[in-house]
Amino acid sequence: MSGITGPTPTPALSVEHMAKGFGAVTALRDVNLHLDKGEVLALVGDNGAGKSTLLKILCGFHRPDAGRILLSGEEVTLKSVDHARSLGIDAVYQDLALVNELTVYHNMFLNREMIRPTRLLHNRAMRKIAQEHLDQMGVNIPSVDVEVAKLSGGQRQAIAVARSVYSEARVLLLDEPLAAMGAKEGALILDLVNDLKARGEVSVIIIAHNYAQVFEVCDRINLLQHGEITFDKRTSETSVAELTDLVVEEYRRSRTQ
Amino acid sequence: MSERAVQDAIDGKTTTAGTPPVRRHGPLRLAFEAFVVRREATIFIVAVALLLYFWSNNSDFLARNNLVNLSQQTAPYAIIAAGMVLLLVSGEIDLSVGAVFALSPFLMHYMIDYYGTYPIVAIIGSILAGAVIGLVNGFVVVVLKVPSFVATLGMLFLILGIMLTTSHAYPAQIPEAAHGVRGWFGQSDWSELIWCLIIVAYFHVVLTRSRWGLYTIATGGNPLGASEAGIRTGRIKFGNFMVTSALGAFAGILEAFRVDSIDPTSAGADGASPMFTAVSAAVIGGTALAGGSGTVVGALLGALVLAELRNGFNLIGINANPFNIILGAAIILSMVLNVYLTRLRRAGRR
Repeated sequence: MSGITGPTPTPALSVEHMAKGFGAVTALRDVNLHLDKGEVLALVGDNGAGKSTLLKILCGFHRPDAGRILLSGEEVTLKSVDHARSLGIDAVYQDLALVNELTVYHNMFLNREMIRPTRLLHNRAMRKIAQEHLDQMGVNIPSVDVEVAKLSGGQRQAIAVARSVYSEARVLLLDEPLAAMGAKEGALILDLVNDLKARGEVSVIIIAHNYAQVFEVCDRINLLQHGEITFDKRTSETSVAELTDLVVEEYRRSRTQ
Repeated sequence: MSERAVQDAIDGKTTTAGTPPVRRHGPLRLAFEAFVVRREATIFIVAVALLLYFWSNNSDFLARNNLVNLSQQTAPYAIIAAGMVLLLVSGEIDLSVGAVFALSPFLMHYMIDYYGTYPIVAIIGSILAGAVIGLVNGFVVVVLKVPSFVATLGMLFLILGIMLTTSHAYPAQIPEAAHGVRGWFGQSDWSELIWCLIIVAYFHVVLTRSRWGLYTIATGGNPLGASEAGIRTGRIKFGNFMVTSALGAFAGILEAFRVDSIDPTSAGADGASPMFTAVSAAVIGGTALAGGSGTVVGALLGALVLAELRNGFNLIGINANPFNIILGAAIILSMVLNVYLTRLRRAGRR
């Protein structure tokens, strides 16, 4: 398991001095972070701290005003979501981009379908690969043939993550994966992330509002406050209490000013 | 037993997925699940029941002549509905297709009689003109972002007006030059049915087995998600508008040859009648107006049910006026059933 604080030879992803504003609002002031290969990093922070802005920059949706993004040590300029995806950065949004009316395997292969020489869908091959891939990732669903609408929230999230992993994402951005999810379903996602970590091929950033939930899976926690990373510790070196104190203290300070 | 496996068992698995599903239930259970799972099953049973009912009241219902009538009352609307289903599944609607239906035989007539075009070229030209009208619909909806209900309502009147102005609202003869091909295009007894079956089969495969069909479902089912996955949803809508309009143009030509006249009122005075029939057929056949799901075969069966009602009422001597009562009730009932069955299916038997 990785998760060493401080830069390793080549982090999977690093961000240097990133800033982004929207008109008069400064969303990101000066963000510096790094994500090691095979690491799971939790990015936590209060509402309005800049988490979603950072996510949207990293997945190619927004362009930063300043700063650099390095992917495996090489500077990249992300032109679009498709471009970021082609470089191996994939985000799983809260709406998951799944089509309820389609089967699990069609969703897994959405926009990457396998086609027969007759130009018809190669359903047999897609079904088989989807099943193998989900088995391999330990995702447990009744069948790849069911419509996604029949699955629970946790299973849907798992399908969305499995799809990104199958598309050879090297850096996976999970946007609030545990929001609106029961304990049992949340556990499913945490297991999945743990499996990814064990395999070490994918590096994951989990964006979370409720940091207590992600403590079980992440190697390291970064706290984003007012557009800056104010806290960077390994999970083993901190606690929910410490983080809570930091956030509350910050809240008090902002009120007295 | 999963939904797909049941479908495969029914399809007999000809095109894809060679591995037969494991059958854990008896044929009765399978039939029941198929009934719940397959949208077409409900409407199929209704079609058969109506057929038996009218036949038992009047044995002429299944006489050869009446079967020809039935096929001709079904085919043009099933052809339009084939495109309409795709369009509805992708989350849009085309109200103008009836006006295109009325305009296209006139276009053929103008091309042959005023410009000396070969009949076949004129027929293809009219269908292409239909596709261009669909392209304009697509442009207004996708690029200018006007809701399709409004955009195609405007197009309905525009096309109707063009047809009435250019024809001076007078019927025209089928051009003499086209007499050689009319047997192929609607005049002979079964030609409309044959065209209809070919078109329905083709678009059934497109919707269920092709990438285009998958993207059509994704576009209607989750527009944002589909575009996040990189699907160009605008292109899908453009294509489906064009297909619907082109099929409307083709159905209009078939009907003109069948009645042996080019009639400015062929789509009703408001130019909407074939469109309403096609949309009704699609909806009765199990297509959701909200997009995301639908079946072309179901729409064919829906068109057949409407034809049976119209024809059967006439045959057993019931006044045609209550027909609309039945039609309206059938649409509402099938929508209720649609919603209910969808919920039942979603609840899932895993």
